[in-house]
Amino acid sequence: MTDSPRGHGWVAQVRDRDLLLVLSQNWAELEFDPAELAPLQAMLQHGSWNSVRFEASQMARLGSPLLAFLDSIRGMALRLNIRFDETGLPDTAKKLMQLIAIAPPETGVPRRPANFIERIGQSVIYAYGELSAGTGLVGQVILRSGAALRGQARLRRVDVLASLMEAGSGALPVVALVNVLVGGIVAFVGAVELRRFGADIYVANLIGVAEVREMAPIMTAIVMSGRTGSAYAAQIATMQGTEELDALQVIGIPVDDYLILPRVTALSLMMPLLNLYAAALGIFGGFCVAISMLNLSPAVFVTQMEDAVTIPEVLFGIVKSFAFGAWVAISSCRIGLRAGRSTNDVGHAATTASVHGIVGVIMIDAIFAGCANALGI
Amino acid sequence: MSAAGSKVKIRVRDLTVSYAATVIQRGVSFDVKEGSIFAVMGASGSGKSTILRAMTGLLRPTAGSVCYGDLDYWTSSDTQREQIGRDFGVLFQGGALWSSMSAAENVALPLQMFTKLAVPSIDALVQVKLSLVGLQSGRDDMPSHLSGGMRQRVGLARALALDPQILFLDEPSAGLDPTSARRFDDLIRDIRDGFGATIVMVSHELPSLFDICDDGVFLDAGKKTAIAHGAPRDLRDHCSDPAVLAFMTRAIPIVPTPAPPGDVHGPH
Repeated sequence: MTDSPRGHGWVAQVRDRDLLLVLSQNWAELEFDPAELAPLQAMLQHGSWNSVRFEASQMARLGSPLLAFLDSIRGMALRLNIRFDETGLPDTAKKLMQLIAIAPPETGVPRRPANFIERIGQSVIYAYGELSAGTGLVGQVILRSGAALRGQARLRRVDVLASLMEAGSGALPVVALVNVLVGGIVAFVGAVELRRFGADIYVANLIGVAEVREMAPIMTAIVMSGRTGSAYAAQIATMQGTEELDALQVIGIPVDDYLILPRVTALSLMMPLLNLYAAALGIFGGFCVAISMLNLSPAVFVTQMEDAVTIPEVLFGIVKSFAFGAWVAISSCRIGLRAGRSTNDVGHAATTASVHGIVGVIMIDAIFAGCANALGI
Repeated sequence: MSAAGSKVKIRVRDLTVSYAATVIQRGVSFDVKEGSIFAVMGASGSGKSTILRAMTGLLRPTAGSVCYGDLDYWTSSDTQREQIGRDFGVLFQGGALWSSMSAAENVALPLQMFTKLAVPSIDALVQVKLSLVGLQSGRDDMPSHLSGGMRQRVGLARALALDPQILFLDEPSAGLDPTSARRFDDLIRDIRDGFGATIVMVSHELPSLFDICDDGVFLDAGKKTAIAHGAPRDLRDHCSDPAVLAFMTRAIPIVPTPAPPGDVHGPH
């Protein structure tokens, strides 16, 4: 006599052409292991069976493992064209098994992962779509700015003021801290090198030009991208998830007017002002280091600075800051608008906005540098 | 027919819950019998979900006790609380699915974290739980791609993942169409009958309350306490409290009209 297949809480017994599965124990405390069913499956495959039946008088309690067990047996019986006879099961188990509908067979061709060429193609299509959408958004913002100036845009003045305050005065402490330190670092590095050539005095020129032209605009834009740009993306993505954007559209308030325009206006206007503030503090940081390390007199530092920093240099920094502000605001809003509707998408949008903002700022700065070189500024 | 036994599974005594200085409900007491479906009823804003939060360990009550067996949840040690909480399954309003995981992963996570089952066993159990709640498709979809009803079902499957002895359901059929709500009610009853779970549900869906609940407590937003105890059907048929009757019969309570100025003495 061969051993009957058995597992935790069940044993198989042959009754003529029927297979009887005798259930026992408390199934709420058992663990279902699909591997235990392999001998049973082999037995069913190699015999000529009429039905699979159950005897559950010894079973103390049912639980999910029993349902998983019964579901597997039912699947096997269905595949082998054997009748699944559940009359011996408790009524509650029968009821729950009715709820567990038989899984339909897999249909359709399984999705194949894209190959390298396809991935390149998908990236190009995606980039083209984003470029189109981004350009469209820039155009829309420009058009609606005109409408806003004529008082025809659907936006609230209070929102614009709140955005101006958030992007302006709200950012003063962090912009100050970063730029004072950067100014000090530039002066320190410059002082070490210039002292070797006896050109200590030119550290003032270095600090002045570097701060006004490059460091203040870039550092401020990077700070604002991480601080305000990611916040814009997160706010709009959250509104996407809570269907607030849908609610705006349904009642006929254009999202471009109501959400995008105040943010783009605020950051574009505030960034040049923050840039001037940052440049002044950066120079102050450099001044402190230069005075303390190189023993330059304050008067000499200021005189050198006046010679080095010209009005075109300052204007150049202001124009760049405006472009940086517009880029950070528009790209962040765009990322917020295209975000999904889950909380996970909000975090993703905030991170993406920050990264895109910073990378974009560097790229725009490179373009400005090329243009300035060509124009002799 | 009720499957409730006579053994008390949860004993709530003189429970007072507040948010900061605002008292939401005070002095609420009730017993939940083992194997029963118990309703926490009341109008919107009456503190039903807040009571549920105090029962599930999410909000420390200002006063009173919530006892599971002989243990008061809020005076127990962290280890004891963890042990008590292992018997809970909670369905939050709207499902509260983890958005970075697919439907199947949402159900699998408790099994991965709290059992030593092998991957095939977990897969089989996840399959069963999702089938049980009627989710035949969308198992690999992210929650953001599921409808409200499907999210609710996945939430229930997740709550059932560890075969809890006590199932807390916060507005389980809210937002479902009548047919789906009815199926959900049947499912809740089948789960109680099948697994012997004790179910505490917060709801103001009258058909669900009358259909499946064996017992309950009615919370009043104005008096900020429990004003009636009993099965929803019995409260509808026998309770004389106007607030309870208005709720159970969907009647608009009559608010006394203030007397006009100068008419302080009323008619003679």
